[in-house]
Amino acid sequence: MLSFILRRLGTMALTMLCLTMVVFFLINLDPNLKKLAISQTEMHTSAEQLESWLVNHGYRQNFFSRYGQWLGIVPKQPVTDPATGKPARRFSFCNDPVEPTFSGVLQGDFGCSTKFKTTVASKLFPALGATGILMFWVLVVMVPISLLIGILAGMREGSRTDRTLSVASIASTATPEYVSGVIFTVIFASWLGVLNGSAASASRGITFYNFTLPVMTLAIYGIGYIARMTRASMVEVMTQQYIRTARLKGLSFGSVVVKHALRNALIAPFTVIMLQFPWLLTGVVIVEVMFRYQGFGYTLVEAAGNNDIDLLLGCSLVSVFIVLITQLISDVGYAFLNPRIRVQ
Amino acid sequence: MQLEYIGAFNVVLGVLARFWPVWIALVLVMGASFAYKKRLGLYGQLFDSSVGIVGVGICLFWLFTAIFASTISPFNPLVQIPIMKDALPGAIEPQSGLVYLFGGDKLARDVFSRMVYGSQIVLIIAPAATGFALMVGITLGLPAGYYGGRIDTVLSFLANLVLAFPVILLFYLLVTPGIMETPIPYAMAGLFFLFPIIFFSVLFWTRYKKRPDRLYILLGLTLIIGGWVYAGLVFDADPFRIIHIDPNQLNIFVAVVFASSPGVFRIVRGLVMDIKTRDYVAAAQTRGESPWYIMLWEILPNARGPLIVDACLRIGYTTILLGTLGYFGLGLAPESPDWGTAIKDASRLLRSFIHPALPPTIALMSFVLGLNLLADSLREQSMKD
Repeated sequence: MLSFILRRLGTMALTMLCLTMVVFFLINLDPNLKKLAISQTEMHTSAEQLESWLVNHGYRQNFFSRYGQWLGIVPKQPVTDPATGKPARRFSFCNDPVEPTFSGVLQGDFGCSTKFKTTVASKLFPALGATGILMFWVLVVMVPISLLIGILAGMREGSRTDRTLSVASIASTATPEYVSGVIFTVIFASWLGVLNGSAASASRGITFYNFTLPVMTLAIYGIGYIARMTRASMVEVMTQQYIRTARLKGLSFGSVVVKHALRNALIAPFTVIMLQFPWLLTGVVIVEVMFRYQGFGYTLVEAAGNNDIDLLLGCSLVSVFIVLITQLISDVGYAFLNPRIRVQ
Repeated sequence: MQLEYIGAFNVVLGVLARFWPVWIALVLVMGASFAYKKRLGLYGQLFDSSVGIVGVGICLFWLFTAIFASTISPFNPLVQIPIMKDALPGAIEPQSGLVYLFGGDKLARDVFSRMVYGSQIVLIIAPAATGFALMVGITLGLPAGYYGGRIDTVLSFLANLVLAFPVILLFYLLVTPGIMETPIPYAMAGLFFLFPIIFFSVLFWTRYKKRPDRLYILLGLTLIIGGWVYAGLVFDADPFRIIHIDPNQLNIFVAVVFASSPGVFRIVRGLVMDIKTRDYVAAAQTRGESPWYIMLWEILPNARGPLIVDACLRIGYTTILLGTLGYFGLGLAPESPDWGTAIKDASRLLRSFIHPALPPTIALMSFVLGLNLLADSLREQSMKD
C-alpha cells in the first residue's frame, strides 16, 4: 500500500512538472508577453520601449532558465536598473531579492502579480480560502441530496419513483452552471426577489440571502451525475444474492436497504464524488464570475484576462494539484473501502 | 415613438408558426421512423420508449432548426434596428411589420432570430468536434488497450496529463487572440485532422489487402476526400473554395477536440482491454490475422454500443463546452449569435431585462437534455440485447 502511494506521488510530481512547463510555455508566448508589456507601460509606447521593458523585467531570458527560476532550482537573478546600473527589484511592489538567490515555488515564493500589484501568495491564498468556503457549502448541499436521490431511485429499479428521479437527474446534468445560474437568478432574484443575484457582499459576511444562489447553481450540475452513479451502484447491489437471502430470512425491505445494501452501494459514489472536484473547479470559475464572488475562479479569470503571468501560473499549479490529489485520494480510498481490491 | 405589442398568446402562436418547416420535417421523419421501426435496428428500437421518442424529437427539432434557420428567423441575427433596443417580447417592428417574438437585446437585435441562428453554430461545431475526438481517441486507444506495455504507459500518461488540466484553464491558454499569431493552433489542427485519414486508410487496408480492385478505389477515395478536407481546414487552401473555416473557429475546434479526445481514449482503451480476452479475438489471432485487423474489424464493431452512447453524451458535453467558451468571450466573435455568447451578454443585464436571457438558456438546456435522453435510452436498448 505504501509503495503504491509513493509511486503515485512520484507520477503526480512528474505530471505536475510537465503540466507547469506546458503552462509556462503557453503563457510566455511572444504575443502574450507583448500584451503584458503594453498593459504595464504607459500609452503610446514604441515597439523598442516595449522590448526594453520586457528585457528590463527579465522576460527575455532563456526559457529554461526562467522556468528554473520560477521553480526554484536556478537562482533568481535581480534585474539591472537601467538608470543606475545597480541590481534592482523586478517589481517595486513585492520584495524580490536584490542578490541572486534560490527563490521559486519550491521555496514557497510564487512571484509577483502584475495586475494586483502585490505578491501572488497574498492574493491567491485568501482567494482560495473564499473558494474553500463556497466548496464546503456546495458539498454539504450536494452530497446528501444526490446520495438520497440515487438510493431512492435505485432501491426499486423501474418503479415510478425511479423513472421520475432518473429523468430529473438527467435534466440536472444537462444544465451547465451558466444556464442554471441565469434561470435561478431570474426566478429567485428578479421574480420572487427573495435572494440576492450577486455574492459580492459575501466576502464580508456570508448570509443565506447572498450565498444561496451560488451554492445552488454549483450544486445542481453535480447532483444529477452523482445521483445517477449512486443509482447504478444501488441497482447492482440490490440484485446480489445476499440481499435476496436477507429478504428471504424475513427482514423488512427498509432494514435490508439500510443495513445490507447501503454500505456496499456507497463505495462507487465515493470515487465519483472525489473525481467531481475537477468539474467543480470549472463550475467555480463560472459561478464566481457570474455572482461576482472574489474567490479562486475570479482570480483565475482576472489573471488570464490581464496576462498576469505569475498569478496565472500559481492558479494553474493549485488547480492541477487539486485535480491530481483528488485522483489519488479516490484511488486510495476506493482500495481502502473495498476489501475486494488489493493494491500491489 | 411608441412601439406596438401583440399579446402573450399571439407570441406563442407566432413562434409555433415560424417553426413551420421544422414541424413538417419532424412529422415526416418521425412518422416514417415510426412506421418502419422494425427494420431500423437500434435507431428503430428508440421508438419503443417514451424517453427515446422525446430524445429523438428534441435532437431532430434542433437539427431541422439549424437547417431551416434562414426560413424560420424573421430578421438577420446581426442587424440592429435602433428603435427596438431592449424591446419587450411581442414588439412589432414598425418598418416591416414583423414581430420581435422574444423581444430585442441591448444592441436592438431580434432575440428569436439569434437563438435560431445560434443553433447552426452549435450543430456544426459540436458534432464535428466530437467526430474528430472519436477518431483521435479510437486510433490511439485501440493500440494502447490491445498491446498494453510501454505504448499504453506513454499514451495513458499523456491522456492523464490533458485530463488533469481544468477545462477552463486549458481554454484560457489555448483560445486567446494572441495564440493565433503563433503556429500552435495550426500545428495541432494538422496533427488532429490527420487521424481520420490514418484511421480510414488502415481500416480499408487491413480489410481489402488481398483484393486490390476494391482497395485502390477505397484508399484513393479516402486520400482524395481526406486530403481535400485537410487542405481546406488546416491550410485554408481548398482549390474549390467550398471548405473554409475562420481562424478563430479553427482555434475553438482544435481546443475542443484536444479537451475531449483523452476521454474517448480512456473509454476505448478500457473497452479494448475487456474485449480482447474474448474467444473470437483468440480465434482471429489463431487464424493469423494482423493486430490492426483484429483491432479494427473484430474489437471495434463489438465496442460500438458504449461508443455510440458516449458519442451522444459527448456531443452534449461539447455543446456545454462551446457555451462555456461563449460565456467567457473566448474565441467566438463578440457579435456571434451562438447561445453561450448570448447568455453572457444577457446575464450581465439581468437586473433590468430578463427576456434576452431566457431563450438561449432554454435552447441550450433542451438540446443537451435531448442528447442525454437519447443516450440514456440507447444505453437501455443496447443492454436489452
